[in-house]
Amino acid sequence: MKVKVLTRNPDEYMRETKKDIHKVPRNYDPALHPFEAQREYTRAVNAVKLERIFAKPFVGSLDGHRDGISILGKHPKSLSCLASGSFDGEVRLWNLPTKKCVRSIAAHDGIVRGIDFVGSGEQFLTVGDDKTVKSWHTQLPSFSEDLPINTVISKTVLTGISCNKKNNTYATCGELCLLWELGRNEPIRSLKWGVDSLQHVAFNPVEENVLATCASDRSIILYDTREPGPVRKMVLEMRSNQLAWNPMEAYTFTVANEDYNLYTFDTRCLFGATQIHKGHVSAVISVDYSPTGLEIVSGSYDKTLRIFSYYKNNSRDVYHTKRMQRITNVAWSLDNKYVISASDEMNIRLWKAKASEKLGVMTPREKVSQNYNAALLRKFESFPQIKRIARHRQVPKHVFNATREHRAIHLKQKIKESNKRAHSKPGTVPHVSLHKKSIVEVKE
Amino acid sequence: MNEVKKKRGGIPAEKLAKYSKGEGLNAKNIKNLIHRKRIIRKEQKVAFAEKIAARAEVLLTEEAGFLVPEKGEATNRVKQSDIKNIVDITSAAKCFELDLNFGPYRLDYSRNGRYLLLGGRRGHVAAIDWITKRLMCEINVMEAVYDIQWLHIETMYAVAQKEWVFMYDNKGVELHCVKALNRVLQMTYLPYHFLLATSNEQGWLSWLDISIGKLVNSFSTYKGRLSTLTHNPYNAVLCVGHPTGVVTMWSPNVKRPLAQIMCHKTPVQGIAVDHTGKYMATSSVDRNLRIWDVREMSGPVQTYKFRDSPIDLSFSQRGLLAAAFHGNVEIFKDCHLKTVADSYMKHKLTRTIHNLEFCPYEDVLGVATGCGFTSMLVPGAGEPNYDAYESNPMQTKRQRQESEVKSLLEKIQPEMITLDPNIIVEVDLPTLKDKVEAKKKALVSVIH
Repeated sequence: MKVKVLTRNPDEYMRETKKDIHKVPRNYDPALHPFEAQREYTRAVNAVKLERIFAKPFVGSLDGHRDGISILGKHPKSLSCLASGSFDGEVRLWNLPTKKCVRSIAAHDGIVRGIDFVGSGEQFLTVGDDKTVKSWHTQLPSFSEDLPINTVISKTVLTGISCNKKNNTYATCGELCLLWELGRNEPIRSLKWGVDSLQHVAFNPVEENVLATCASDRSIILYDTREPGPVRKMVLEMRSNQLAWNPMEAYTFTVANEDYNLYTFDTRCLFGATQIHKGHVSAVISVDYSPTGLEIVSGSYDKTLRIFSYYKNNSRDVYHTKRMQRITNVAWSLDNKYVISASDEMNIRLWKAKASEKLGVMTPREKVSQNYNAALLRKFESFPQIKRIARHRQVPKHVFNATREHRAIHLKQKIKESNKRAHSKPGTVPHVSLHKKSIVEVKE
Repeated sequence: MNEVKKKRGGIPAEKLAKYSKGEGLNAKNIKNLIHRKRIIRKEQKVAFAEKIAARAEVLLTEEAGFLVPEKGEATNRVKQSDIKNIVDITSAAKCFELDLNFGPYRLDYSRNGRYLLLGGRRGHVAAIDWITKRLMCEINVMEAVYDIQWLHIETMYAVAQKEWVFMYDNKGVELHCVKALNRVLQMTYLPYHFLLATSNEQGWLSWLDISIGKLVNSFSTYKGRLSTLTHNPYNAVLCVGHPTGVVTMWSPNVKRPLAQIMCHKTPVQGIAVDHTGKYMATSSVDRNLRIWDVREMSGPVQTYKFRDSPIDLSFSQRGLLAAAFHGNVEIFKDCHLKTVADSYMKHKLTRTIHNLEFCPYEDVLGVATGCGFTSMLVPGAGEPNYDAYESNPMQTKRQRQESEVKSLLEKIQPEMITLDPNIIVEVDLPTLKDKVEAKKKALVSVIH
């Protein structure tokens, strides 16, 4: 007779000293792990709730301007450097980690309209309402006065500036779209297509010869510097306030429109918008791409910031505070971690791009658990309870009410159109998608 | 050649089948290329997880107990005293007997098998660390005790007394008196849901969430006195035996039984569900023992007839079935998988047996009798390798506290108790009826 009865030697299962780690024997037999699916689902619910609990996106504010801030400029190389211009003509340079103002310059008479850094960021250019383009050292040489390196006086009004990152040229807009070369006081070229007022200009960061402007006649004009004149002009329903090129896809750009929407276009086929980003309840003032080219941040006149995926209709997140007023400009930091917003009430605010992300050093265990939670959320994202929790956002009352109102208006328009269709001769009121409808006209 | 075909990555097919997570989706039928790729990638990950889990089996350190007879011997002739003499001293100490005076007794082992709770009908309640034989507390509640039940950890237990259910801590201090549960006869605890399920004299079933102290649901079964209650560890559904010979299955969400099986023609006495949740054993006063397939809801898979009627049944983790007869215990090996001619082990007691239960993670069977408790050795009963993240017999206080918090975070909501626990991750395909309804609705809207 052979007999064996289970006996476990506690020495093999218990730690030897108190400083030792616990021994954790595992057995992956499914019979010992019942309710696998249900427990995983419960974990996913917990993960999504934790994500919402930790969603504290506001990092800090940069306080110092004496008037509303009109424009922000990102340094192309240094993450800590930020330039901002205000309505009183002052330009300030900020150190983001310390949230301190490094330098303040009384740059222009009247509003500062545009700031952009040249090349790798040794210099930056500002334009203002005083019809001048001024270039400044980013790092002030020691014992020198804070004066511009060069001042160019333009014959026309200037409302924006964009530097070409690959060569020494830059473009300004105003009455005309002007191309300039650094160090020269006269524009090398002027480009015009019918309008007398352009409010924003942006060079394509990938294709250095392509640039686009937003005009006050509701149009967006595309230029190629290799061509003799402008290339395309597309007219939208309402005016576009700002334009941002996708830094990873040269042919994609997004505009912030007065009709509360953002439109993403593909320059290769301008039959309609590739995506309409909805959610704002007032005119969208500013837009910027994340350096990955996957997400867009937009600032609006409704005092909120929204973050969109560039291929999705609805916003992923909405940021607001009680004190933040109309947003005048937004920027996405080049490490893809922060979003910066400038607003009317003299503050620059720094936000996390992912609201629930933990800043600072993480322990390996923390990282593992975060990765696990992220994987769970991906697996269960379409479950109703999880979707609801992940999507829910508390918004200011006026935004909430306006959203409801706009929904009612859209519904009414839809019903009206369908009624019209029902009572007309078949085929006279065709179905046209919103994407197609967004472009009124394309001129060549 | 066949041998080679069966194996995948050097792992035998039957081992892979043990860790299988189901069939999975057939990606070929998916037309959308992106979704098809996504599903294929997901299936690859699942297959990889199965393979890794199966391969990790070589890392298990302990081997299960066994009882191998020599030629001419039979395992069911082996006496407890023989086993006790052969095995080592620590194992021999696990075979013992307690003489107690407040019987008949009921017993309950904690989830990690380390602690034993005894409750005598005449008010005696004792909690014991039975391996070290350390008495944690011993009280007399001065009332009839019908059932006792460990809760999620070994510092708390519930006692069904004459009128109400009381909760005590491991020092014997009364923590709660749950007046919502009255005249309770049987209790069972669902560890992953933190639910204490009870059945009472008037035929009511109740589920008490012990983490928040709220009664989840309580309703009448309209079937009279419910004195046989157990739960299916696979899906947390309650199995209740009735005097009509019917076994009904209940979840707190539906006021009617999820399933009913006409198991016997005479009153049901004992029910046990095995750990995989596949098989249910029922016994009745007609001296029959029947095995049912509870996933397929079919059977009986096996039928056994005895000279005496089994009073109580218990499945061990490795599939042994113990049946308590009037004065003796018989243990069967794999009797649910195949028809066995004879028992695996037998043990005769001089007292009447009332209740028996296998100890988890040990080769021990606890038998509660009219005047005491007997712990007997059953080689090959317990799971040799425990998973410390599920239940740990060797856990320290700190580990217990941490696992309590973890398990509370993972508490499954009572709404999810269904016959099929995996239904939540399955694809919800519309039935033919749904499709017809949708079509009708669409047609009606077009006409209007």
